Amino acid sequence: MTDAAHSTLPTAALIASRRNSPANAALVKRRYAAERRFKAFGIGALILTGTFLLALLTNIVGKSIPAFFEHTANLEVKLDPAVLAPDGKVDPATLKSADYASLTRATLMSIVPGIEGRAARKSLSGVLSSGAADELRRRVVADPSLIGQTIKVPLLLSDDGDLYMKGQDAGASSVPGIGTVTPSDIKGSITLTSTDGAFKSLVDDLTKAGVPKDADTGAIVLNSNLPSRLVAINGGLVKLQSVTPDGATGNVLLSLKGNEAASGPAWQQTTYSVPEGRRKTNDQDVAIIEKVKETGAIQKGINWRFFTSGDSREPELAGIRGALVGSALTLLVTLVLCLPIGVLAAVYLEEFAPKNRLTDIIEVNINNLAAVPSIVFGLLGLAVFLNFMGLPRSAPLVGGLVLALLVLPTIIIAARAAIKAVPPSIREAAIGLGASRQQAVFHHVLPLAMPGIMTGTIIGMAHALGETAPLLMIGMIAFIVDIPGSLTQAATVLPVQIYLWSDLPEVAFQQRTAAAIVVLLAFLFAMNGAAIWLRSKFERRW
Amino acid sequence: MENRAVDLSAIERIEAARTAQITGAARPAKVVAEGVDVYYGAKHALKDVSVDVPDRGVMAFIGPSGCGKSTFLRCINRMNDTIPSCRVTGKITIDDQDIYDPALDVVQLRARVGMVFQKPNPFPKSIFDNVAYGPRIHGLSTNKTELDQIVQMSLQKAGLWEEVKDRLQDSGTSLSGGQQQRLCIARAIAVSPDVILMDEPCSALDPIATAKVETLIDELRSQFCIIIVTHSMQQAARVSQRTAFFHLGTLVEEGPTQLIFTNPKDQRTQDYITGRFG
Repeated sequence: MTDAAHSTLPTAALIASRRNSPANAALVKRRYAAERRFKAFGIGALILTGTFLLALLTNIVGKSIPAFFEHTANLEVKLDPAVLAPDGKVDPATLKSADYASLTRATLMSIVPGIEGRAARKSLSGVLSSGAADELRRRVVADPSLIGQTIKVPLLLSDDGDLYMKGQDAGASSVPGIGTVTPSDIKGSITLTSTDGAFKSLVDDLTKAGVPKDADTGAIVLNSNLPSRLVAINGGLVKLQSVTPDGATGNVLLSLKGNEAASGPAWQQTTYSVPEGRRKTNDQDVAIIEKVKETGAIQKGINWRFFTSGDSREPELAGIRGALVGSALTLLVTLVLCLPIGVLAAVYLEEFAPKNRLTDIIEVNINNLAAVPSIVFGLLGLAVFLNFMGLPRSAPLVGGLVLALLVLPTIIIAARAAIKAVPPSIREAAIGLGASRQQAVFHHVLPLAMPGIMTGTIIGMAHALGETAPLLMIGMIAFIVDIPGSLTQAATVLPVQIYLWSDLPEVAFQQRTAAAIVVLLAFLFAMNGAAIWLRSKFERRW
Repeated sequence: MENRAVDLSAIERIEAARTAQITGAARPAKVVAEGVDVYYGAKHALKDVSVDVPDRGVMAFIGPSGCGKSTFLRCINRMNDTIPSCRVTGKITIDDQDIYDPALDVVQLRARVGMVFQKPNPFPKSIFDNVAYGPRIHGLSTNKTELDQIVQMSLQKAGLWEEVKDRLQDSGTSLSGGQQQRLCIARAIAVSPDVILMDEPCSALDPIATAKVETLIDELRSQFCIIIVTHSMQQAARVSQRTAFFHLGTLVEEGPTQLIFTNPKDQRTQDYITGRFG
């Protein structure tokens, strides 16, 4: 038995021989391989996260860029006294309520002649924003002496018109026509006839592109899945529906001045290369916008309105100022409540509270509160602040109160950590000198903990800035146009604004959603940057 | 004029102290402890300690780690009060006043009993504010000039004035370790305490800084009652006039330093000072 026991006990020589054995070399190799593997996993995880983040950011920023620009048409508007002051009175009330839209419409009519029929008029009024006349109104109200004159005013394009200018256009191009074409009428559905095969090249093109001929008539029928083919003739525009080499039928988009024959470059063949079915704007709209575009009146500018106006049903008029002010007021309430309460709670718990069961329970519950879903705080706010205390709905005051509840645990935890990080030797030094506990805390511990507390507070505030769910519960989801002026006025906040816009179908609102997200992210980055800066600037090492 | 008078009286006291030390004559006791027991929760950390600490001089507490010497030191300015589980029984008097008397103001006590800690712990404020903090919170100066004088005198007494007089607004933490510890001593003496407690004041310092602090302690003993806890027996021998040896929570032996180091009565003291302790 003793022999067996001895043989299993490793001797120093045995251990040394094992250390130098090939098996050991393999072990070392495996160890290094494991380390390399671990590093590779880490780098892989990092690359994956970075890629996702980059994709997200580029997507959002890319989508948002168009929203920061807008297009206006600089048009000459005749300020007709008959419209602005129908009964000869020039008083502010009349001027404010006058029909400025009819003036801008008249201007457009003069630029785009040949508007006939309901569809064409609807398209015409859709080119400019419903708020385009506001600028006109502002100028006239400010200076009534302008009445009777003709002034140049930047008129905001509608969201569709704006998007068209931002690259979602129809790809319009024109070539001079060859041969002679005679229109049958100047409006409605007309036929264009040619005695010398004016449409032969078009038919050849279409045939080459594989568009089939109608078996019965031998004509090529165009539909909305094919590029639109149009003929500009006698000052009007005809959208072709079917084509043969010697004639075509079509609808008049802009009515013709006459039905005499036109030959050679006097008529043009126009193509909208993006099929109508794949555009937001129909051919009628395109015809009108292209006409306005030809005048060179459309200009691109920075969309300051986005930062200076409140929400609107019209994407081109909608801005985030209301939401920004709402967020600022809400965060102000949150900060004013959270910082003193949070810091004092942390100081008491950390420095004064007796360590007993009660404080243990409080501590555990503060940590639990930090993990409570935010919607629960919203429900609490709804029940307590709105229903029980009767505070106004949608108000920044209530929003701030709810967010304060949400952020308090974060601030208390951060402040406690910061206070705990102050070395006890500083407290001892102060107490050893005869300072009271309170003096030690307020003279020495708190100033040293302040950078940490501020960091926690800023991060908590950033958290509150991005919070949506609890605010939905207290009615901050309403559509609010006015910029809130006080803590009790209805308001919305930036993330809720984003949520509201993201629900809307208009493409221009999608871009504004992205733009609002960019603004929100900019604020969050700025706040986190401030936190990091504070930490690095004031952090002390002992 | 007044300063000179103070200096003269100080010299007289030094002379008196020297005489007392050399002759071994009993000086008046400043701090008297009778039957002090300290408990940390259930742990009995200090058992029935009774000792008299004479005025104007340095008394050293020596002993192995965990023997209770620092605990006893912290009883003298009631720093143990800040530890919730700590309980002190027995009686400690300073100038015949019971410091555990419920009517006694702890804040006033700590102004009378200064403390210097093991690790230099200046406030992360300016050198001036470090020294001025005590006088400020206790209202010891009525105007800025007085405060300036107090700060200057304290720094002079701590032997730091010449080194820092041109940069009083620099942070206290920008000083070297030894300078920081002398700043802490200046901070402690700025409130003119009766007793200064030093808890291993040189254990975080290099030998040169240690020498400076020891010289300073030697200078200060003419004006204050100083109690120093130290791990270094050489240091105890160098700076103290009386030494107390603690072991396992009991005060084993106390007497004039020379006597303790040359002719200890107790075997445990003998073993400790000869380095035979495990």
